[in-house]
Amino acid sequence: MNPITTPLLMTAALTTALAAPSIAFARPVTLTLNMADYGGRGAYLAIYLTDAAGAYAGSLWMAGGKAKYYRHLSDWARLTGGDPAQVDGITGPSVGAGGTLELTMDVSDALFDAGYTLHVDAAVEEMRDSPNEIFLPLDSANSGNAVQGRLYIADFAAAY
Amino acid sequence: MIRMLHRWPALIALAFITTLAISGAILALFPALEAAATPAAQPNQTVAELAAKALALHPQLDQIRRAPSGKITLWWFEGNTAASAVFDPVAGQDAGSADTPALQTWMTEFHRALFLGDKGRWVTAVAALAMLVLAVTGSLLVAARMGGWSKWFARTNGPLSSRLHTELSRVAVLGLGISALTALWMTASTFGYLNVEPATPLFPATLSGRTGLSPADMPALQSIFVTDLHDLTLPAVGDVNDVLTLTTHAGSGYVDQGTGQMLAWADAGVMAQVEEWVYLLHTGQGAALWGLIMGLMVLAVPALAVTGVIIWAKGRASRKLGRLSGAVGAAQADCVILVGSEGGATWGFAATLARALQGANLRVHMASLSSLSPQRYFAARQIIVLMSTWGDGAAPSSAKGAIERLTGAAPKAALAVLGFGDTNFANFCGYATEFNAKAQSTGWHSLLPMATINRQSPQEFARWGQDLGAAMRLDFVLDHQPAKLPTTALTLVSRRDYGQAAQAPAAILRFALPKSTLWQRVTRTGFAGFQAGDLLAIVPKGESLPRYYSLSSGKRDGFVEIAVRKVQGGVCSTLLMNLAVGQTIDAALHENPAFRLDRAKNPLIVIGAGTGIGPLVGFARAQGLRRPIHMWFGARAPETDFLYGEELEEWYHSGQLAGLTCAFSRSGPKTYVQDALRQDAADLRDLVRRGAKVMVCGGREMAQGVQAALAEALAPLGLTPAQLKVQGRYVEDVY
Repeated sequence: MNPITTPLLMTAALTTALAAPSIAFARPVTLTLNMADYGGRGAYLAIYLTDAAGAYAGSLWMAGGKAKYYRHLSDWARLTGGDPAQVDGITGPSVGAGGTLELTMDVSDALFDAGYTLHVDAAVEEMRDSPNEIFLPLDSANSGNAVQGRLYIADFAAAY
Repeated sequence: MIRMLHRWPALIALAFITTLAISGAILALFPALEAAATPAAQPNQTVAELAAKALALHPQLDQIRRAPSGKITLWWFEGNTAASAVFDPVAGQDAGSADTPALQTWMTEFHRALFLGDKGRWVTAVAALAMLVLAVTGSLLVAARMGGWSKWFARTNGPLSSRLHTELSRVAVLGLGISALTALWMTASTFGYLNVEPATPLFPATLSGRTGLSPADMPALQSIFVTDLHDLTLPAVGDVNDVLTLTTHAGSGYVDQGTGQMLAWADAGVMAQVEEWVYLLHTGQGAALWGLIMGLMVLAVPALAVTGVIIWAKGRASRKLGRLSGAVGAAQADCVILVGSEGGATWGFAATLARALQGANLRVHMASLSSLSPQRYFAARQIIVLMSTWGDGAAPSSAKGAIERLTGAAPKAALAVLGFGDTNFANFCGYATEFNAKAQSTGWHSLLPMATINRQSPQEFARWGQDLGAAMRLDFVLDHQPAKLPTTALTLVSRRDYGQAAQAPAAILRFALPKSTLWQRVTRTGFAGFQAGDLLAIVPKGESLPRYYSLSSGKRDGFVEIAVRKVQGGVCSTLLMNLAVGQTIDAALHENPAFRLDRAKNPLIVIGAGTGIGPLVGFARAQGLRRPIHMWFGARAPETDFLYGEELEEWYHSGQLAGLTCAFSRSGPKTYVQDALRQDAADLRDLVRRGAKVMVCGGREMAQGVQAALAEALAPLGLTPAQLKVQGRYVEDVY
């Protein structure tokens, strides 16, 4: 599968908590996610942030277009009440086994080294749900480091 | 209108619907296979017990899911390795792979989206919509054809393709309608047009902060039976902020891992429950037997597609014949021809009539009967109505509402009504008769008495044309050619002559079986699949109208045989009577499904006179000793025209004929076949009581006499020939 490259202007898409007040106070982040060969249909992926207290801070991306299946992204659904409005305008196709998802977005400076954590929930039809398969604190030290997934995601890295 | 709504969606979506039906039928097998392979459940087992058993086997258990079939799947980790298996809840052991068969996944993907993603899902949804339209319009057509919803399962008549189409569809339509409706619902819910999501409970603000309680001791799980379970997801190991997530038929909730209490709950909601039912109805998941029944019903689709296309193609050919050039508007026409037709064949007859009238320098207007508007026919001197009767006396589609339009002052033009129908139906030309009676009572002038045409007989049409010409003081010939007959040369191999001495020559002519094309052999059409009772159409050179002779042999007999009587001045019978062994004649096969042997084993009463014996002999020859056949046969004298006399006597003695009664009208105590029937009334009653079927072949007068004699014979049983006709137990082949 070809990598899906999605340049994003987060200012438009994200909730106010994440939005950079102006482009000058934001930095570009590149997310690279490689899927494992898990032998199933395309995976739904929710990429979102929680704050230092573990509360939902906002969504970055939803791979998978049908809201009917969002409840299987169970941590994300638990935090958002499964509200599809949270991913309005930041939704793309599901990602197949062995595929790559590459996203570029501007994220507010205030979110780095401030206790925020990036999470990825994954789910595949007829297979188990995999909430919080990736979690990566947004610390400068973690930039560019690949993290392994458990089930559907081979590895994930965020470069900023 | 309904017919159009049936025809066009079918022709456009044919390939897609067939594809989806075949893949759907294959998918219908999987729930049954899954049900057969699923370990038996333990009655009244609670989710608490199940989870405890599963956790004992797999300490790093992640998720338990129960499929509608009852199959329980476990997912767990061993260290960092993910693992899964089907679980036997009674034995507490793993019971095989949890992976869906690759074929099932592949077929599901094909069936729902043709491997085209969302675009494919829309294509399949449109196909489902087309199938729903076909199911609804098809039901209306069947109801109309059968003469009402209460006669849904009544016996069908007509050509094989049309009979098969009706018979298959009236059984399968339930499954097709449900499949299509549920498919549309599923599309709508997949694309978010229906909100079928079970409500998500609000995550509790505070948790106990404890972990480690065994699921066996959790009150929230102790009250729920496994049969209601959808899914139980266990907390991440060691995460005090996590909970157990429980989803059941009724809703979903969060369970504290320290106390086992339900912390939050949300009911699934009505829409989610409907979604569950829709899923079950469409896929058969959780109702394997239903799935198999549905699978069988949708398998009718390929057959419906083939028969439907054949019906359409035949109808199109006859509709083409109905095109008329040089027609004028309703107001200018000297003669208005109005057509009430269902399949289109009557249009062909109307066009023949119109061209003949144009040839006599009349200005002709031709339109469908439903457009009847007497006030607009300013110049018309004649209004001629040609009308087929649909099914059991109902109005054909292009005549809808015509009787209601007969109100108001009668026009100056004179009316002629010609009904087309099939005497095998109880209400022969019923709608035409009703129309004619209404016109008479409204004061319309009659050009000539109403006439009827049985089974689109071109000869009867030509005869009616003579009457019409006389009434209109015009000289024309109605030479209707339904379609150019694809004839084959038949070689006469033997002939047996009768009746020479009595100046009433008749003969049994046996022709060699001609070679069939590969296509004919595959489709069993033409001379590759005929049966006794079918018709041999012969077109004498220089003539345009074929003459029809009943076949007294079938393909299996290895020859083509007819019985012929010389008709005074008859071109075709003269030709046949003069045919010498080795000479050939051009003929075509005309199927006559209404007068064939069925495969039942009830007794057969066969009644015939003269050359009408032909097909009856064919039946006896084909049946052997399989079925008791009782024959009543009328001829003039045993020494002149006892056609097939030798065979009949031999078969009677060997038992191949269970009964044989001959009536001779010009010999001994002069009796007709109907007299013999009256004498044998008690035997006939007995046979009919035992379920016998009656088949009559011969001239029209003889058939009427037979029907009257049988009516008397059966009266003590409270039965009439008309009732037997409705049941398909009284069929006639009359010429």
